[in-house]
Amino acid sequence: MKIEIRPEPYDPWHEISAYQLDGALSPGSFGACAVFVGTMRDFNDGSDVSSMVLEHYEGMTQRQLFDLAQLSLTEHGLLDVLILHRVGKISPNDPIVLVAAWSAHRAAAFDACREMMEMLKSRATFWKKEARSDGDHWVSQNTPGELT
Amino acid sequence: MPISVKCFASLREKLGIDEVIVPYESKMTVQDVWCYMTKQTPPENLLCARNHEYVDFTETINDGDEIAFFPPVTGG
Repeated sequence: MKIEIRPEPYDPWHEISAYQLDGALSPGSFGACAVFVGTMRDFNDGSDVSSMVLEHYEGMTQRQLFDLAQLSLTEHGLLDVLILHRVGKISPNDPIVLVAAWSAHRAAAFDACREMMEMLKSRATFWKKEARSDGDHWVSQNTPGELT
Repeated sequence: MPISVKCFASLREKLGIDEVIVPYESKMTVQDVWCYMTKQTPPENLLCARNHEYVDFTETINDGDEIAFFPPVTGG
């Protein structure tokens, strides 16, 4: 399991392949890897967004991400989890969050990836401040992520 | 030991408080800490944590705890 808060930009696809090649997962041991990558938009609430600053609660955030990954590993019988999350100044199209779940079969990987992402969005102590055309604004809440 | 209190995001800017030290009193709750700092009752959407875990405002705190107040989270 790997959980990191990243102050610098990263390539999520490189991170996934590097993690697999790094020996964290033995070749042939997994049949599924479900991935969610969240990236920054250049618009929100009808306004252009040129950049944002992502703040977090050092210490609490890492603990939350570790706990939700550990819970998902146990409850879904996952083989491994990788979670990366950006902080600091972010530009449009930059990856913000990467959640990857490895399992023997697809159902556990799909379910766990979605579940971890929703837990992260609703609980993890991050806050976004967007630079919009009419000034800087704190994002007041996340959009709902339930299936319709 | 005193209580260390942290504020984040829009709340930090609104209050002008990043981190502050509050004297501990026996049977003190999280709400007591908020009232000591602001002289107001907690707003409806305010969240709080004690030693890096979410708690209710009625939670009793211990000497030396770290308390945090913050608005709804918006990560991911």
